[in-house]
Amino acid sequence: MTGHDVTVYESLANSGDDRRWAFGTGFEDPLAGVDMSVPSGVDGADLAAYATMLGDDALIASQRVAEWITRLPELEVETAIANVALDLLGQARMLFARACGADGSGRGEDDLAYLRDAHDWHNVCFVEGPDADFAGLVMRLALFATWRLAVFSRLRDSTDPILAAIAAKAAKELTYHRDFAAQWVVSLGDGTEHSHQRVQAALDALWPLVEELFLSSPVERRLQAVAVDPVMAREEFEDVVGRILEAATLRCPGPPGGGQHDGGQHGGGQGGRDGKHSEHLAALLDEMQSVARAHPGATW
Amino acid sequence: MTDRAALAWNVAAGVVDPEIADLTIADLGILRGTDERDGTVVVTVTPTFSGCPAMTEMRRDLMRRLSGAGLGPVEIRTALSPPWTSDWITAEGRAKLAAAGISPPGPAPDPAPESVPVALVATPRRVACPRCGSGDTAELSHFGATACRSLYRCRACREPFEHMREI
Repeated sequence: MTGHDVTVYESLANSGDDRRWAFGTGFEDPLAGVDMSVPSGVDGADLAAYATMLGDDALIASQRVAEWITRLPELEVETAIANVALDLLGQARMLFARACGADGSGRGEDDLAYLRDAHDWHNVCFVEGPDADFAGLVMRLALFATWRLAVFSRLRDSTDPILAAIAAKAAKELTYHRDFAAQWVVSLGDGTEHSHQRVQAALDALWPLVEELFLSSPVERRLQAVAVDPVMAREEFEDVVGRILEAATLRCPGPPGGGQHDGGQHGGGQGGRDGKHSEHLAALLDEMQSVARAHPGATW
Repeated sequence: MTDRAALAWNVAAGVVDPEIADLTIADLGILRGTDERDGTVVVTVTPTFSGCPAMTEMRRDLMRRLSGAGLGPVEIRTALSPPWTSDWITAEGRAKLAAAGISPPGPAPDPAPESVPVALVATPRRVACPRCGSGDTAELSHFGATACRSLYRCRACREPFEHMREI
């Protein structure tokens, strides 16, 4: 019986250690104990930049999804959305930890999350705007999870073993995020006239932002076998989204982007990956970073 | 396994899940192995869900127990690959889950395929009620109070229960 009759929390509380609180500061490195060496022939700064952009997508998406907690229609949806936000937060933490371990800068995940201004974030603009309604939330989540899963299932073969392992774990999570969101899109699209209208409006509003998801950044192109060129994810994305929209009786506004993107910018300066964001990101960061910036280095 | 490695296993296996009393990291398959290398005892663990806060607590407790066990130099290594799967939960772990009113996970889906088809309708899963054993159950929500559990209800005994997700 020794040891089995006390819970972890009791043993922490009895230890006389001030760090016994489960949700205080002093979070442990999510990749503690992992060999962080950079594979030979891979540029550590590029690897860090790539891990950071994938982490940025997850953290900003997580923050937007989490804004819905307490405002959802049913308790079961509350737990689902909170779980999705928590999974994405976990993915961001691991990716940030991988970035910090690759560039030798001595930064930690908190530096990346709390001390960067909007122009230093490299998430796709797709994740940063607020959702107008529940239809907007589930539509954005369905499209985001479908895209990210298509990228991450390929990232499982990355020559960086840490990215490959993060992707393998994340792919399992993204699969059920995608299914959950897709089922709601179908319920709303194939529901009442009103719900159909709302979810179609959500799709129409998000569609111009889709094109950016498939533009490869210079870092992704340089990192060949380490990174996944998002172009490779396009066919799967279009196939899955086509199936979801058909079941939901929704009208696809056109090919991704519908030609609205300026094709002349493919070489760079293409938006979020290049640090060019909508006004929504700064407002999101203001809130997310306010405590950390008001009390630098504070612990409790 | 050396004596120190075997002792380390026994110490490490005493770390319990903060959410489910009695369920240890050995039962959950989080504890992957203990080994002795160049005088250092190496304990290898594999984390479960990306954002699971219980994982941090279990790791902290693991360090505390190992350092207090007089084992000499100890190192905890995290193995991310292969990723944790609910298939690693031991028979004893499954029995403890059921005893705690949580139905244990069935076989995990194959993680290998290049692309998994999207599920446009919820896939009904055959889950037995951990209280009365009836198979006449229904999923209320795929997402439960923690990342690893779904909510079910039993149509036979009318009780709600939790099911540990297959992953």
